[in-house]
Amino acid sequence: MSHKENTAEVESSNMTGTEDPTNDEMLVQTDVSDGLSASTSVSETTNAETIIRADDINVWYGDEQALQNISMEIPENSVTAMIGPSGCGKSTFLRCINRMNDLIDVARVEGELTLRGKNVYDDDVDPVALRRRVGMVFQKPNPFPKSIYENVVYGLKIQGIEGDYDEIVEESLKRAALWDEVKDRLHESGLDLSGGQQQRLCIARAIATDPEVLLMDEPASALDPVATSQIEDLVEELAEDYTVVIVTHNMQQAARISDKTAVFLTGGELVEFDDTQKIFENPESQRVEDYITGKFG
Amino acid sequence: MSTDDLETDLTRKTENSPRELLTRSFFFLCAALSVVTTISIVALLVTEAAKFFTLTAPLMGVTGETASIVDFLTGTTWQIHNKEFGVLALVSATLMITIGSAIIALPLGVATAIYLSEYASKQARSVLKPALEILAGVPTVVYGFFALIYITPAIGVVLPGIGTFNILSASIVVGIMIIPMVASISEDAMSAVPDDLRQAGYGMGATKFDVSTGIVVPAALSGIFSSFILALSRAIGETMAVTVAAGAQAKFLNPLDPSSYLEGALPMTAAMVQLLTGDITGGGLAYRSLFAIGLVLFVITLIMNIISDYVAQRYREAY
Repeated sequence: MSHKENTAEVESSNMTGTEDPTNDEMLVQTDVSDGLSASTSVSETTNAETIIRADDINVWYGDEQALQNISMEIPENSVTAMIGPSGCGKSTFLRCINRMNDLIDVARVEGELTLRGKNVYDDDVDPVALRRRVGMVFQKPNPFPKSIYENVVYGLKIQGIEGDYDEIVEESLKRAALWDEVKDRLHESGLDLSGGQQQRLCIARAIATDPEVLLMDEPASALDPVATSQIEDLVEELAEDYTVVIVTHNMQQAARISDKTAVFLTGGELVEFDDTQKIFENPESQRVEDYITGKFG
Repeated sequence: MSTDDLETDLTRKTENSPRELLTRSFFFLCAALSVVTTISIVALLVTEAAKFFTLTAPLMGVTGETASIVDFLTGTTWQIHNKEFGVLALVSATLMITIGSAIIALPLGVATAIYLSEYASKQARSVLKPALEILAGVPTVVYGFFALIYITPAIGVVLPGIGTFNILSASIVVGIMIIPMVASISEDAMSAVPDDLRQAGYGMGATKFDVSTGIVVPAALSGIFSSFILALSRAIGETMAVTVAAGAQAKFLNPLDPSSYLEGALPMTAAMVQLLTGDITGGGLAYRSLFAIGLVLFVITLIMNIISDYVAQRYREAY
């Protein structure tokens, strides 16, 4: 299976880094240079640095196993798509990355998931601190019942980030391609916007705090085709500065916007993980081919 | 089936069948009963109170003693035997108990609601919810004795020289009484806040405290305000506990002066109980003052209800 080869390959290049006690310093350095490398980076995923590495992740909801032995490497400054039929665990995996599963009483996660080499399931990791570095956009647009402005600055306020809020709001809304539509009514309720605008507001809210990773859980599934294509364009742009991990049930969407694609199939199994082009043109697994060509799922 | 049968089947008017008419009338009567009762009570209050005032008594054909409506509404002395009917003496006591109980119940009730809605585990909820319901079900006269026997002596330890009957202990006990109301209505409002909003908050790296106070409480604000106003209406109308604990001596006190809470006074409801259980004769001036107080009380609670409705409409969040 190709994803195993792939994993092994990147692992060998990464193993020493993970095990190295000086890794924390490297972490800091990567952080500092992040802004520089981001602006010049091209979505050339094969050479990109791995930012998230899952190693043998298993998730249970009560007695039911939702994910089985998931291992994958997600490269930096790229779009990684997770596709698969309903209930295959793709959203569950996404929620492992920022430990949102912690909020579900019956959920249990086993295995190792590292963000820049640090296992986020270590006892000393604060999920609140983790979520400040890993932003999330949800399936259903969920702006707070506050003004557009207050929505965008919410993360800055709770995280105690100081700065010129007006400027950050403008910049975040511009990057979320919403500025022109709302610049004259920043102090009206975010709930008065259309569904597509609300979702872009949620994206602006998520990027205002400048996280390293942006998780998106079917961000366009509740939107009409026009709004969907706006979100897709946006995702491709965001990947220049952020690592985007996106769950989608729309295979065309995955093919259009992602650099790498992970195919989950029923039972919480990661069947194949590879470059998007390879997955869609020449998948290793027959099951993946059947799924992609619409024979099931 | 012949075509004739089919025709009758299709044209039969079930809506006007005797059974439908009967059940509809029955349900209408049940619903109408409460409306009729309300109208009767208001009519009784208004007509009897009208007989009390000099201004309106002639209209009601009353020739006996009457009282000035201006003196009633602005007077600060309530002495039936001296024919002094200054309702502000009673209103001040009611107001103080309302303020005092609000200071206790509103923060505690909302904090309880936040705990129940956001923090409590299933087990904690399963203990706390029934405990609150029991608190709401204790007969109010029991609360009155609780104030007299436990709360007042306990206050006496800190503030020696406090009287047996005092506004402070009545306020505390009324506050305890209305906590369940604030807590349960506020908790309903908080539970109705969509989980999406909490998820959004947590996804941004908010702590539980950030989410509870910065997202859930503001989103549930209209329900929380409603709970406040309903609880305050309850405090204003509360009778048995304050009759037992607050005292029997009408006295005009300044609600803004903390030391006046240590004194006893006569709230409106307690004054009415006193009038009813005393040796006043039916038809006399003192008897009619009962309805005048009742009308004032009714108007105050009506205003509270209108405010509550307005707040609920105005600040309702459509998620």
